[in-house]
Amino acid sequence: MALNASDLKVGDRHSQVVVADLSRTQIVQYAGASGDYNPLHTDERFAREAAGYPGVFAHGMLTMGMTGRMLTDWVGDGRLLSFGVRFTSQVWPGDTLTTTATVREITERDGEPVAELDVVTVNQDGVTVVSGTAVARLDV
Amino acid sequence: MSVERFPIEAGHVMAFARAIGDDNPVYRDPASPAAVAAGGLLASPTFTQASAQWDPEYGLRPRPGEKWYGSAAGPGTMPAGSGGLHAEQHFTYHRPLRVGDVLSATRHAGETWTKSGRSGQLEFTEFITEFRDSAGALVVTARSVAVQRRPRAGEDG
Repeated sequence: MALNASDLKVGDRHSQVVVADLSRTQIVQYAGASGDYNPLHTDERFAREAAGYPGVFAHGMLTMGMTGRMLTDWVGDGRLLSFGVRFTSQVWPGDTLTTTATVREITERDGEPVAELDVVTVNQDGVTVVSGTAVARLDV
Repeated sequence: MSVERFPIEAGHVMAFARAIGDDNPVYRDPASPAAVAAGGLLASPTFTQASAQWDPEYGLRPRPGEKWYGSAAGPGTMPAGSGGLHAEQHFTYHRPLRVGDVLSATRHAGETWTKSGRSGQLEFTEFITEFRDSAGALVVTARSVAVQRRPRAGEDG
């Protein structure tokens, strides 16, 4: 699946729930796959007693990875030219995250149509956890 | 960080896609229509973060014979100088990353800047990592920004 330049216009948006009721096990799964074993993310006792947090929280890069999944589901495989985010709030076990991408501009790069997107992921309380931009190649 | 060899392996790409909740067959099934259309298995957009697995110096994994700082019999201890957080992450894709690619990664420091916040100074540090294929061509450029809070004098943050 890929987006067609003629079907897309500025202001179009797409939303997707990228995780519902985030589990500690999924955070552990991300630690194992990414290699980032920081115990702040996987070790409840360490996070509370040694680091003084309410408990473990997700890697920012897990949230970015889930956010990126929404983008590739929408724009198609292998079509991103760039993707960047700021991490604005922590993500905790039990959170449900929804990502929304909005077309800011349709333009050209190297003679090919591209969509410039604004991307935001919010939690179940409407708090933004990451926000950023992406650029994706479109079909003519 | 420098990684001499970061092979993009099918099992690793599949496990990473599972971890982010992405069941797109383009990350696991070479016979799927998605993978055939893509010309083979791809890696997901943030996969280069998993180059940590191939970084011999990477600090955030336990090592045989060395004491780990997470909980065991006791609660563990926060290492000195830690407390930095990931503030931003940006990727530029020069081409799609594919299973079978063998990358190398070189990292260099970018800019540093400070901002004054209510609770003290925020110090931002940027790092740029270039991922190149075995022919030396750029595949992904990653830019990360870390932030560290410095409390005002007389405050403990």
